Amino acid sequence: MTTHTTMTTPSVRPRQITDAPRRRRGRSAYPYWFYLPAAVIYTVLFLVPTVASFFFSFTRWSLFDFTFIGLDNFVQFFKEPALIKGLVNTFIYGVVTSGLKVVLGMLLGVLLTSQIIARGFLRSVLFFPVLLSSIGVGMVFTVLMDPNNGLINDALALFGIDGPKWLTDPAWALMSVALVDVWKGVGLATVIYIAGIVSIPAEYFEAAKVDGASSFKSFWNITLPLARPATATVIILSLIGGLRSFDLIWAMTKGGPGFTSDVIASVIYKQYQAGFYGLSTAGNVVLFLIVTAIVVPLSMFLNRKEVEQ
Amino acid sequence: MKSFTRRLAPAAAGAMALGLALTGCSGSSGNANQTTITWLVDNGESTVSAAEQIVEDFQAANPGIKVDLETRPQGGDGDNLIKTRLSTGDMADVFSYNTGSLFQQISPQQNLTPITNEPYIAKVSETFKPTVTAGSDIYGVPVGTGFAGAVLYNKKVYEKLGLSVPKTWDQFMENSRKIKDSGVAPILQSYQATWSSQLFVLGDFANVAKASPNFAADYTANKTKYSTDPAAFKGFQHQEEAAKAGLFNEDFASTTYEEALQKLVDGEGAQYPILSSSLTAIQLTFPEKINDIGLFPLPGDDASKNALTVWLPGGAYTPKTSKHPEEAKKLLAFIASKAGCDAVTKAVGVSGPYLVDDCELPAEVPAAVKDMLPYFEDPAKNSPALEFLSPVKGPSLEQITVEVGSGIRSAKDGAALYDEDVTKQAKQLNLPGWN
Repeated sequence: MTTHTTMTTPSVRPRQITDAPRRRRGRSAYPYWFYLPAAVIYTVLFLVPTVASFFFSFTRWSLFDFTFIGLDNFVQFFKEPALIKGLVNTFIYGVVTSGLKVVLGMLLGVLLTSQIIARGFLRSVLFFPVLLSSIGVGMVFTVLMDPNNGLINDALALFGIDGPKWLTDPAWALMSVALVDVWKGVGLATVIYIAGIVSIPAEYFEAAKVDGASSFKSFWNITLPLARPATATVIILSLIGGLRSFDLIWAMTKGGPGFTSDVIASVIYKQYQAGFYGLSTAGNVVLFLIVTAIVVPLSMFLNRKEVEQ
Repeated sequence: MKSFTRRLAPAAAGAMALGLALTGCSGSSGNANQTTITWLVDNGESTVSAAEQIVEDFQAANPGIKVDLETRPQGGDGDNLIKTRLSTGDMADVFSYNTGSLFQQISPQQNLTPITNEPYIAKVSETFKPTVTAGSDIYGVPVGTGFAGAVLYNKKVYEKLGLSVPKTWDQFMENSRKIKDSGVAPILQSYQATWSSQLFVLGDFANVAKASPNFAADYTANKTKYSTDPAAFKGFQHQEEAAKAGLFNEDFASTTYEEALQKLVDGEGAQYPILSSSLTAIQLTFPEKINDIGLFPLPGDDASKNALTVWLPGGAYTPKTSKHPEEAKKLLAFIASKAGCDAVTKAVGVSGPYLVDDCELPAEVPAAVKDMLPYFEDPAKNSPALEFLSPVKGPSLEQITVEVGSGIRSAKDGAALYDEDVTKQAKQLNLPGWN
């Protein structure tokens, strides 16, 4: 969450960030015991489980007892037949969902900051899916996407299109879930873009207009570069979300048909269900490392570019 | 090292108990002499109906004891719930859970109260006892009837086309082709309920056991595998063959278990390889059509050795942590008595024979159960499913059989992948001969 806040605060005025550390330096305004309640909660609910999970990832653990087996779980995890498929699917899913959210979120953001009728209403409608539970969305779309009597294929049939077997065709299953994920998440991306676009000073657009720039040119040369912090936030948030995505996939396909839409998180969950607690803990440690390895450099890259501007 | 987990357990239990305290401690109502015990069952419709009837009859016979039913999810989530509640010392006084392979995974010797010397154990069938035995002790009693993994078929479709019950795989395929020509889906598959895709493999086990009698023992000892034993491989092969011949219902990938049962009853599909416990569901939903459904074992290569794969019922156990062990044992005794069986019959009917000696089937049983009984009565014509003979059982079989049945993976690859899956499970369980 810390990455999140540091990314959203520097909007278009980077100078503010350089002020911040100076204020924080020096003695804290509070006595140390003031931090104790938060520290206890943090230790019990976050630090202890994290350390414990690193420990149990080196054991064969049945919940009743455990034996220390060194790196065997990691060896086994990397030998997992569904793992390669899961890794590839995780990346495809993460890239497709975050890519679509960036493009659609940007376009919708531009649309919803322009002077159109019922703007507030349209903004609410777009944001509404974000508030729904993933499981509920998954169940509804499973019904809608039924290949034989689902509403989507019935509607396509009216236009003479023979719709694909969304969730049961191995070639489509993962993409179908990704599309639903985009439908559900694009509202948040749009809101971030709206905030980014609104904070661009109106003078730039006026000056561009005076210079005779077309609306496409002012989008390309003003909105796009100056909304960069918003883009960085959307990419990071949706990529993290995509890489650890689980709920929607589990609600819609359970990784199926067979293993074709498995992602790392569903592979791990199935191991946990099977009672392989040590093994699935090792999987979670691996997932943690992968997400960190991708997101930390990406976040540093995106934020550095921003300051250099 | 064990003491370390022991010490951690109360802390975790505290957190769990916090949530359960609100529901669990409501036993203060009623008169002062009444003891309240809890019984945890899975949330299947027929399981709950049967358990409610047992509780009602039990309370009538034992006025001093009140039983609160609790339910849990089925499948892997349920397994985890059971293990968590056992390891935190928070288990209900009595709980129902699988017998065989899954029973071995809950560390019975550490967690459960042995009931080997209780008088009611004498009446429990000898076939059942090994599936709830760990070390030298018995821990559970059977709840409800045994059932079979077999082919349920629509007798009216068979009659109309003049077909007879197949004894070999070739006859089965021939029948299926004729059914297809008549416009009815020959073999129903329901891959939305992934577990139902495993029947070609799991339900074929009796044929495997008759063809290579040592398979279960060798399999447990890591001496034979599904991909190398020709008899065991047949299950995967048959599923692939039927799929390639286009004999499944067209919407097999999106069909649910309930939809498949409906298609079978309506005659839209002719044959459904499934567990016979589905007869209870048919009886509840389509009582007037229950006798249109017949049953035959999954056919193998040799008509003279065609045998039925039998599933033993789940067990009821009491944990060592129970605060009311005497009352819990009374409930177990009732479940394993004629009165307990009659309660089940009354609530949900029967889908196979009981495994308690003096329990009797009602005079009127569904046609499919009648078809099943000759196989049950002759040990040469049946075998328990592999999960009751060996603790080795891979968790991913249902995904693999979905892939084989959908043409995503070949039978050969599927069997090899399942062998890998099994190796992983055996290693995780620390079984001798695998690590």
